[in-house]
Amino acid sequence: MPEAVLLGGEQTTTAVEWVVFIIAATTTLLGSFGVIMARNPVHAALSLVGSLFSVAVLFLNQGAEFLAAVQVIVYTGAIVILILFVLMLLGIDTEEDLEDEPLRGQMPVAVGIGVLLTASVFALTQLVGFDVVTGTPEVTAAIRDDMPNINQIGRLLFTDFVVATQLAGVMLTVAVVGAVVMARRPREYQPIPEPESMDAPLSLDPTDQGADNGAEVAD
Amino acid sequence: MSLLVTGSAIVAQQGDPLLFDVDLTAVGIVVGKVLVIFAFLLVATMFMVWFERKLISDMQNRIGPNLAGPFGILQTLADGIKFFFKEDLIPDRAQRRVFILAPFLSFVPAFLLFVVIPFGGDFNDGNAGVVTIFGRETFLQVADPPIGVLFILAMSSLAVYGAMLAGWSSGSKYPLLGSVRQSAQMISYEAAMGLAIIAVVVKTGSLSTHDIVVTQAGEGLGGILPNWGVLLTLGVPFVIFVIAATAELNRPPFDLVEAEQELVGGFHTEYSSIRFALFFLAEFMNTVTMSAIFVTLFLGGPAGPVLFGPGWLWGIIWFALKVFVFLFMFVWFRATLPRLRYDQLMDLGWKVLIPLSLGWILLLVALDLAQDQNWNLFAVGIGAAVVFFCAAMLLRAAVRSGQATRHTLEVPD
Repeated sequence: MPEAVLLGGEQTTTAVEWVVFIIAATTTLLGSFGVIMARNPVHAALSLVGSLFSVAVLFLNQGAEFLAAVQVIVYTGAIVILILFVLMLLGIDTEEDLEDEPLRGQMPVAVGIGVLLTASVFALTQLVGFDVVTGTPEVTAAIRDDMPNINQIGRLLFTDFVVATQLAGVMLTVAVVGAVVMARRPREYQPIPEPESMDAPLSLDPTDQGADNGAEVAD
Repeated sequence: MSLLVTGSAIVAQQGDPLLFDVDLTAVGIVVGKVLVIFAFLLVATMFMVWFERKLISDMQNRIGPNLAGPFGILQTLADGIKFFFKEDLIPDRAQRRVFILAPFLSFVPAFLLFVVIPFGGDFNDGNAGVVTIFGRETFLQVADPPIGVLFILAMSSLAVYGAMLAGWSSGSKYPLLGSVRQSAQMISYEAAMGLAIIAVVVKTGSLSTHDIVVTQAGEGLGGILPNWGVLLTLGVPFVIFVIAATAELNRPPFDLVEAEQELVGGFHTEYSSIRFALFFLAEFMNTVTMSAIFVTLFLGGPAGPVLFGPGWLWGIIWFALKVFVFLFMFVWFRATLPRLRYDQLMDLGWKVLIPLSLGWILLLVALDLAQDQNWNLFAVGIGAAVVFFCAAMLLRAAVRSGQATRHTLEVPD
């Protein structure tokens, strides 16, 4: 249990933590590849769930239960919305819809940025040492040992970082209000045209095709 | 300030004492507890299916299942065996892998939720529910993480996936409509449910389900009433939680997800055989688990007086009795209340439950602060009532004016 390790003040990485790390890191990577490789948009979104869930396991492995729980709560809910967007608003839940690329030439740019970021991480580890960017206990351990990290985060958020917390709250409120305003924007009123076949007389006689080909009759 | 201090006072011995020293016995005990929970949940779910059918029959002046076993109690078992031998159909247009995955996605969170529920133990005289098994002290609860309540919320947000993916992967219209309804409904009511839970967390000062029960086991108002969450939070969050949980479970009167008259069977229309049985089981298991969460948060969990014999046994008995009350309540709802319309459902969630629960949290915190600072509680109560009334009127005015402008905008002359 990460919590027991945390409270005991023990700072070494145990065998269990290694096994959990390797499994969770592998599934994180597999999920991330799934996001960009999957042909089907819903499958891609599901891979994202898997990837983010594995990140939550990694957080748990570091003794950060609160982050893990919030990771699951926030992202699973968000991805449900994402899938709903895919299904309902964009209507691209089949593979054929993704054939033509909306952003031309984005792939080389993405590869370039990816290489650049990886190189900078490596450069940082060479310059400053691995402890800064990796999750070793010396870097990521709890600030205090005598209370669970929920209490510590709560204290910090409402004392040292209270301005940042409130600014984030304001920003979210603005986003919500903005979303409502956008959704409520008045649209051009367009009456739905009556189907022409409605004008044709309705016939119960199966030999009379008038009801079916109303348009031709009207011509 | 004192809110934070009371939170840290109980920290010294966080978590299950069993896990302070992990060895083979401890692992064995944990595995044993998992098996007991597994068996209990399966039996409770089977009982719930039978109980629901029998009770509804009583309320509708019918007999109900009465052939398999005494009082028809083995009917669920017979149905389960039948499901196993049915042909398993996968529609042609289904997304095969997701279609197969979906029933498990709705089944597993229903199980996982139960691991943080304290289901027994003696909470009298400062015992804190510790029992001794094979010479080791432990809680009668599989896990007691410091984030227990957040774990409940996380699992219930995972539970959305099962039904939503089932509906989408079926490649059929009615299941898709059912699953879209379901995800919209669950997301809407999750907010109200979370806010109702926060009220309990504020009053008990902990996110650990065990600590919440320990706090509720204490002496209540005047030494007569229990110190239960429903009284601590002054009732309203409990009512909000009842409504939101019923919606979250997709049970009547919030069962638009599988409204038979409109959607055939909702998200599981295309499922057959054991896959359908998994959905069916998950639904009833969720009902049992949600009742257990009710009991843990609002009715003191397994805490209760010991009449005679061992204390831990009475914990289990009180827990089972309290859960039973909620199971009865859910069946009663189903037999009594007609289904809501979709706009009524959304209005209730967004315009009533969420503002009310937000306001109630502020009220509880204000009262706590007043007590802490020795302010006049009466004056604070009056002030809070005035603020509450003004906010409600403001919200009503906003909703009215919003409706008015929408009507004039959409249909110009």
